[in-house]
Amino acid sequence: MTIKNVKLQVDELETGLGTFKGLNVTIGRLIEENLDQPLGPTPFPSITDLRNWDRKLLSRYPPFYLPFCDVCCLCTFGKCDLSQGKRGACGLDMSAQQSRIVLLAACIGAATHTGHARHLVHHLIEKNGGNYPLNVGGDEVDIDAPVTTLVTGQDPKTLGDLDVILDYTEQEVTHLLSCCHTGMEGDNIDFESKVLHAGMIDQVGMEIADLAQISAYNFPRGDPDAPLTDIGWGVCDISKPVILVIGHNVPPATEINDYLLDHKLYGKVEVAGICCTAIDMTRYNPGAKIIGPISWQLRFIRSGIPDVIVVDEQCIRTNLIEDAQKIGAPFIAVSEKNCQGLDDRTNDPADEIVEDLITKKVPGVLILDPEKVGEVASRVAIEISPKRKKKGIFPSIEEIVEGSKRCRSCLACQRACPNNLPIPEAVKMAAEGDLSKFSSLYEDCVGCARCESACPINLPLHSYIMKSSEDRIEKEKFKIRTGRGAIQDIEIRRVGGPIVLGEIPGVVALVGCANYPHGGEEVAEIAEEFAKRNFIVTATGCAAMSMAMVKDEDGLTIYEKYPGNFDAGGVLNIGSCVSNPHIAGAAIKIARIFAKRNLKANYEEIADYIHNRVGAVGIAWGAMSQKAASIASGFWRLGIPVIVGPHGIKYRRMLLGRREREEDWYVYDARTGEKVYVGPVPEHLFYAAETKEEAIVLTAKLVMRANDTSKGRAIKLTHWIDLHRRLYGTLPDDLHLYVRKKSDIPLTMRQELLENLEEKDWKEQEIPDPTLLKRMIRSESD
Amino acid sequence: MSIAEPWQTAEIPGPKKAFVVSKTIVVSSMIKRSKRPLLVVGHESLKEDIDGEMPIDYMIRLAEKGKIPIVATAHIIGEFNKRGYSKASSFSLIEIGERLKDPDWMGLDGEGQYDLVLMMGFPYYMSWLVLSGLKHYALRGDKYLTTISLDRYYQPHASWSLPNLSLEKWEENISSMMKELEAE
Repeated sequence: MTIKNVKLQVDELETGLGTFKGLNVTIGRLIEENLDQPLGPTPFPSITDLRNWDRKLLSRYPPFYLPFCDVCCLCTFGKCDLSQGKRGACGLDMSAQQSRIVLLAACIGAATHTGHARHLVHHLIEKNGGNYPLNVGGDEVDIDAPVTTLVTGQDPKTLGDLDVILDYTEQEVTHLLSCCHTGMEGDNIDFESKVLHAGMIDQVGMEIADLAQISAYNFPRGDPDAPLTDIGWGVCDISKPVILVIGHNVPPATEINDYLLDHKLYGKVEVAGICCTAIDMTRYNPGAKIIGPISWQLRFIRSGIPDVIVVDEQCIRTNLIEDAQKIGAPFIAVSEKNCQGLDDRTNDPADEIVEDLITKKVPGVLILDPEKVGEVASRVAIEISPKRKKKGIFPSIEEIVEGSKRCRSCLACQRACPNNLPIPEAVKMAAEGDLSKFSSLYEDCVGCARCESACPINLPLHSYIMKSSEDRIEKEKFKIRTGRGAIQDIEIRRVGGPIVLGEIPGVVALVGCANYPHGGEEVAEIAEEFAKRNFIVTATGCAAMSMAMVKDEDGLTIYEKYPGNFDAGGVLNIGSCVSNPHIAGAAIKIARIFAKRNLKANYEEIADYIHNRVGAVGIAWGAMSQKAASIASGFWRLGIPVIVGPHGIKYRRMLLGRREREEDWYVYDARTGEKVYVGPVPEHLFYAAETKEEAIVLTAKLVMRANDTSKGRAIKLTHWIDLHRRLYGTLPDDLHLYVRKKSDIPLTMRQELLENLEEKDWKEQEIPDPTLLKRMIRSESD
Repeated sequence: MSIAEPWQTAEIPGPKKAFVVSKTIVVSSMIKRSKRPLLVVGHESLKEDIDGEMPIDYMIRLAEKGKIPIVATAHIIGEFNKRGYSKASSFSLIEIGERLKDPDWMGLDGEGQYDLVLMMGFPYYMSWLVLSGLKHYALRGDKYLTTISLDRYYQPHASWSLPNLSLEKWEENISSMMKELEAE
């Protein structure tokens, strides 16, 4: 990237105009140098600067394409049939087309986070000034922006510094998106390299967004003891007016909070949220309420509980305004990215807007000034609540029974349902007065309402499911720890060694959306399995919420049972989607704090370090969005594997290693320069699991790294083998590939495993100082 | 709904769609003719009850009658062992899919690639995507691998697929295949 920044410092300058002392001239924008580290080889990397690293990863984990359909329909040459080796009119084949679609998804995700960050930073600079200092952890965090520093070489210290970094991310997203144009890139592996670049850029965009909001809004700063707060349908006091906020960009929600406080109305109005705005709202004020993840939108609105609905951006159901109108709740859109066809009333007096909404002159408004949103939403909620009386649109039991009698048994609802739920069976039973089947569908319903759209007689089937479960839903109330933000340097100092040596078996990051195959309980189950086993469990976004929505027999949620510190057995809610880079950042900081590696613009070396040493695995069990795709891509470029749930296969490309292909699993020993076989660790980079059992066992396998000490490998093998036995009912048949020395074998399994290894003609191997980079061989670099 | 429409309404495959198995003899004949068949069984083979049995039990019998090796996906290898069938191999669906795509893979026994792959017991969308991957990439010489979907929903990305069927009809179809495999 060309950075047109110049800074001149002159101690004394004599000119015709006179003598100037201590003269500083700055042209363009610069970030002050803060970190005492040399600048690495790839500051502000272009699309191709890390291409060689990408190709190393992609040769180990080649793409396996799973096309949705046979055709491409992206331009007017088409549709083009690309089946079985055919090429389209532009010359692309199926592999290039699939990788192009993956790149499009990653660009959408990266653009969304970068745009989110740009709006936040712009807003916060306007409010606080560009010199407002960044502070994500006070004295406990020295490296504020590990991802940004790693990628760009910059160490931002103020909001204004973030502005400069965003110029770079916007430029890269634009370049990447242009590669998807007809007649641009033609090679699938180069497309894939660009996907990884988009993922890396996405991580920077997210990090900037969270740095800005943590700093300016005083969110928890790497606080392991961030307060517990309420989550669930039943958290709202419905005798009060309720404002519902949905989305990801928190400023309007903070303004609602502040308006209520400033006008002594706080406590008289409930402010509740869905999706990441909810999480971030509770980071701002733990007294705010979280209703649930993305899939809770329709059901909660239809209940009639919200009196005003405020939507910002991302993952919002796009026709919510229709349901808002049905329950008589005014609708306020607050983002230029999501105008919903509403009149822009930003510059109108608040009194007029409030009047128009209360009298239903308009169903909703667009207000692009967060402060005004705070006032309008609060006043409207208070005034309209007594009139609305929480009018909902769930049908009565009688209406469900009568409606069900009209069913034509066409099966369209089930054929539209992503989880193939037996809705026709539930309708049949409901027609006879039995709603138990509808109620049983509640857990597995992802709230998409495709069943309703498909129904030829317009039965509100999603509402049928919810009404049948109403008694249960209304009582749902759980505890979630508010998002803590960054991992402290002191925590990294404590766990860096045990993680790299393998003695803390791994870091499991549960991230992503709520497109679950069997409800959110599976996420809680996965999380607890690893917390019990002394892994470090981190979570963000909808996954962090879903994990909270399960209680044990003592009525406790996972956040009440496990500590929030980044250590063995910790369960950490990191925050919202844009908090994900704190997880990547922890891995990056291990390389810096534990191994003293330079971070600045040193991406390849640090990714190589993480890939070979840090046993981290991402799990996006309900991954749905393009943002989830770009988040995963950011982890891949760091060499961190990601497992998705079964629906994640629809990302239509996996990155799979082949464990039996020995030649793929060699590294350089940095001490000697020799090539050493290390086994298939980690075996895959992107993988869709069919069942939660498969995901759990694979996670325990994917945390193994080439650098594990024998003690560490023995611990990891213990967990993997134990889980495999319990969930598969067998010993793993590829066990011999993961045992390097007899000392790797867990003591309690020694005899049995030795017999197993003997059958496989197993031999001991060296444990190298592993690297995929020739330049890291010490004799070469000397 | 026609029996040969994709079960998920929006799953439109494109120009190349599976032939519908209207007579089970088509499948049993292909199994008999195949030199290297493979049966891939997923976790949904444990989902439905057929008079005290499950589809997995039918798959075991089908494999034995057709002399077809089985790959058990996800976590279900133990279920085969519990039923006294110890010959199944364990791979995940995408791992076996990726290997079946590769013309150089030497198979479970090191004897070479498979020429016929039958699949049963998967979430509809997982099956359709893996079958699509095989349809486009699993070359065998100058032809593509033949795949058959034995799930009870029409799978357009297979070479051949059972149509959309009730559980009862599905049971009849699989039983009929087994009888045909037993016959000389």
